[in-house]
Amino acid sequence: MSTTNPQSDTQPDEGPRRSRWSRRPAEGTPAAAARARRRSKQRRRVGNVAALMAGLVLTGALYSTLAPGAQAADEGSESSAEAAGRELYERSCISCHGENLEGVPNRGPSLIGVGEASVYFQVHTGRMPLVRQGAQAPDKPAVFSDEEIDQLMAYVQANGGGPVLPSGDLRDGDLALGGELFRLNCAQCHNFVGEGGALSSGKYAPSLEDANDLEIYSAMLSGPENMPVFGDNQLTSEEKRAIINYIQTITDMPDPGGAGIGRIGPVSEGVVIWVVGISALMFGIFWMGSKA
Amino acid sequence: MARTATAPGAPKTALGKAALEVDDRLIVAGPLRRTLNKVFPDHWSFLLGEIALYSFIILLLTGTYLTFFFQAAMTEVTYDGSYAPLRGVDMSIAYASTLDLSFDVRGGLLIRQMHHWAALLFVASIVVHMMRIFFTGAFRRPRETNWLIGVVLLVLALVEGMTGYTMPDDLLSGTGLRIISAIILSIPVIGTWAHWAVFGGDYVGELIVGRFYIVHVLLIPAILLGLIALHLLILVKQKHTQFPGPGRTEHNVVGNRLFPTFAGKATGLLLVVFGVVAALGGLVQINPVWLWGPYNPAQVSAASQPDWYVMFLDGSTRLFPAWDIYLPGNYNIPALFWPTLVLPGILFTLLLAYPMLERKLTGDTASHHLLQRPRDVPVRTSLGVMAITFYLVLMLSGGNDVIADKFDISLNAMTWIGRIGLLILPPIAYVITYRICLGLQQHDREVLEHGIETGVIRRLPHGEFIEVHQPLGPVDAHGHGELAYGGAPVPKKMNQVGGARRAIRGFFSPIEEPTAVELEQRSEERGLSSAEAQRELTSSGRPAEGGRPAEGGRPSEGGRPSEGGRPQEPRD
Repeated sequence: MSTTNPQSDTQPDEGPRRSRWSRRPAEGTPAAAARARRRSKQRRRVGNVAALMAGLVLTGALYSTLAPGAQAADEGSESSAEAAGRELYERSCISCHGENLEGVPNRGPSLIGVGEASVYFQVHTGRMPLVRQGAQAPDKPAVFSDEEIDQLMAYVQANGGGPVLPSGDLRDGDLALGGELFRLNCAQCHNFVGEGGALSSGKYAPSLEDANDLEIYSAMLSGPENMPVFGDNQLTSEEKRAIINYIQTITDMPDPGGAGIGRIGPVSEGVVIWVVGISALMFGIFWMGSKA
Repeated sequence: MARTATAPGAPKTALGKAALEVDDRLIVAGPLRRTLNKVFPDHWSFLLGEIALYSFIILLLTGTYLTFFFQAAMTEVTYDGSYAPLRGVDMSIAYASTLDLSFDVRGGLLIRQMHHWAALLFVASIVVHMMRIFFTGAFRRPRETNWLIGVVLLVLALVEGMTGYTMPDDLLSGTGLRIISAIILSIPVIGTWAHWAVFGGDYVGELIVGRFYIVHVLLIPAILLGLIALHLLILVKQKHTQFPGPGRTEHNVVGNRLFPTFAGKATGLLLVVFGVVAALGGLVQINPVWLWGPYNPAQVSAASQPDWYVMFLDGSTRLFPAWDIYLPGNYNIPALFWPTLVLPGILFTLLLAYPMLERKLTGDTASHHLLQRPRDVPVRTSLGVMAITFYLVLMLSGGNDVIADKFDISLNAMTWIGRIGLLILPPIAYVITYRICLGLQQHDREVLEHGIETGVIRRLPHGEFIEVHQPLGPVDAHGHGELAYGGAPVPKKMNQVGGARRAIRGFFSPIEEPTAVELEQRSEERGLSSAEAQRELTSSGRPAEGGRPAEGGRPSEGGRPSEGGRPQEPRD
C-alpha cells in the first residue's frame, strides 16, 4: 500500500511523521536505503510503462500498416465464394437461421455442424428457402442456381462445418445389395419403390422419383426433415452408392406389365378395377340390355 | 321312338342325323328342349351375376396355367434369374418361381396379371350383383336360400383372394400374412392354438405357403364350384325374378328363351368379360412382385395394403382405438380383435340374416317373383345405402395413408375424418336416400296424375299461361290420370312415349340414312298435331273446360309442339 503511494511524503511533514513513527527503527541508513530502493523501483516502473506503451504503439503501427494487406490477401485466396455465400445467406436465410448460423428459436434450426451436404440437399431440392412454416418443407423448383448453391455451401461449411458432399460415381455399388438395404432401411417410409408415404401429422416421406444421385446421398448424410441420419457408421459409402444404384435403376426401369398406375399396389389397383373394369362391363351390359 | 327312314319330319341334314343318333342312345331331346326353351327375363342388371361367373371361369383357366410353373414351397434359394436387381438375393422358392413365371415363362406375366385382375373383378362383380339383389328385393321368399349361398360365396371369394394374395411370398403379401397371423393370435382363448394349427408353429415357419396353396387351388375352388352350381340350379328351379311391367305377373316369366337369344347374349358377355380382363392384364400392371422384393420379416414398406376387398378390414383396424384389454393372469385381448374379427363377424351375420330379419320385421311372408324398384321400398334402400356408406368409409380408411400422401392431407386428419365419418355419414346417407326415394315416388304419382310435361306453353284466351301435359292414360272429369302406379317405371319424358323421331339404328355409327328416317317419320301422323282436332288442353291440376274426350285408352303417340297443324321438324 505504502509503496504504491510513493511521492506523497513531503519534507516539511517529515517531523511530525517521524515522531509518529518514533517507535519504529530510528531514522538513519536503513530508512534512507529503503527510500532509495523505493525510488529506483518507481523509476523502473515508469520505464516499464513507457516501454510497454512504445511496444503497443509500435505493434499498433505495425498492425495498421500490415494487417489490411493480410486481410485482403486472405479474402482473395480462400473465400470469394464464401463472401458471395454470406451475401446470399444474409439475404435469404438469416431471418430464420440467425446471424451466425446459430438458428432462431421457433423459426429455424442452427446450421452449425450440418455441413455442405445438408445445404446442397435443402437448397437444391428447393426446400430452402422455406415458403412458410408447416409440418414439413415441400420440395419445389430450386430458387438458387447451382453456382449460388455452391457459394452457400462454401459459406456454411466454412462457418459451421459438418458432412461434405461425396465425390466419384454415386451409383458404384452392388444392385441386389442396394435393394436389400433399401428395403431394410428406407422402404418403411419411402415405400418399396420409393413412391413415398405419409407420416404422422402432415409429415411425409417424399417420392424419390425425381431425386438425383447427389440429393439422395446428401439426404442420407444429413437426415433432412424427419429422416434419420445415415452416417458412414450406419451405411458405408459403398452401401449408400449401392442404395442409390438400386433406387435409380428401378426408377428408370420400364414396367413390363403395362401401365404402372403409380406402382403403389392395391389402392390404385382397386381404383382401376372399379373405375375401368366394372365401368367397361357396365357399358357392355347396358349395350346388351339396349339390344333386347 | 322307333326310327324309321320314312317317318315324317325325319332329319335330312348330316347334323340332324347325328343328333338323332345321340338322342336314340341318351334320350335327351325332351329335357334338352325344355331347358333350351326356358325363358329368362331380360334386364341389364340381371347380367351382373354372370360377370362374376365368367370371371370365375377365367380364374380357373388362368390359375391352372399358373400352377404349371408356381412352386408353393418356402425353401430358401438364391435367385439367379432374369431380373437383375434381385440376382443373388436369398428368397423362398415360391417367390423365385413367381419371378420366373413373370420373366422367363412365355406369356406368364400376362396370365398372372389376368388372374389377378380377374380375381379383383370376381369379388367386385359379386358385390355389384349382390347390391342388385338387395335393392330390388330379389332375396325375398322363396329365394332366401340363394341369398345365403351368395353370402357364403362372397366370404369364400374373400378367403380365396386373401390366400392367393399371400402365395407369392413377396414383401407386400408377407406383410399381409403377418397381419393375418396377428389376427389369429388375437382371438381370445384359442388364438395361440389356432395360430399353431394354421402355421404349424410360430410365425412364419416353412409351411404356410404350401398350406395356403392347397386351400387356394383345391379346397376353396371346389367348394366355390359346387356352390355356384347349386346357386344356378336353384335359380333355374325357382325361375328368375323379373321387374313388373306390361304383361308381367307373379305367375309368369316374360323374356327370351335360353336358346338362341339368351345363349347368344351370355356368350357375348363371356367374351366381353374375357376381353376386359385380357385388356387389363395386358395393359395395366398389377402386383409387380419384383418391385416389392422377397419377404423378410425385418422389412416393411409404407403403403402396404391388402387388395381392395379386404381393405375395409385394414380401414377398421386403422380407425379403431387402441383398446387393449388386460385381464388378470397375464392375459389380454388385443385391440386388433374387435375391428378384424368381431366387426366382420357382425357385418356378415347381418348380411346373411337380412332376408329373415326383413321377413320378421315387415311380416311379409308371401312368395315374390316380381322385383321392387328401390324407390318403392325406401327403408330397405336407405338401409342398403347406409351400409354401403359405412363400408366405403372403412375401405377408404384402409388406403388413408395413400390418400393423405397424394392429396397432402395430414394422416392424423384422415384417421379422424374416418372415425367421425364412420359414425356420422351412414345416418346422413340414410336420411338423404329416404328423402330421395319419397321424392321419386311422388314424382311418379305426379306424372301419372297430371301427365308428362311437354314443354309446350300455351296462352289461354283470357291471358293465362299453362304448360301442356300429356296424360299417360284415361283421365277423369277433372283431367287427372286414372292409371295406378304398378311398380314399373313411369315415362317422364315425351321421348319415352314416342315424342321424338325414333332413334337411328346403329351403335357407334348410323347404319341407316338419317334423312330416310326423317321422311318416314313425316309420312306418319305423329306428334301433338296429329291429334289436335280431338284434344282439349289440360294443365296440371286444373280441370279442362268441358272435360276431355274419352278416347285416350293408351298413351298418346306423343306430343311435339305444333304450328298451324303441320308437323314440325323433329328436334333433337
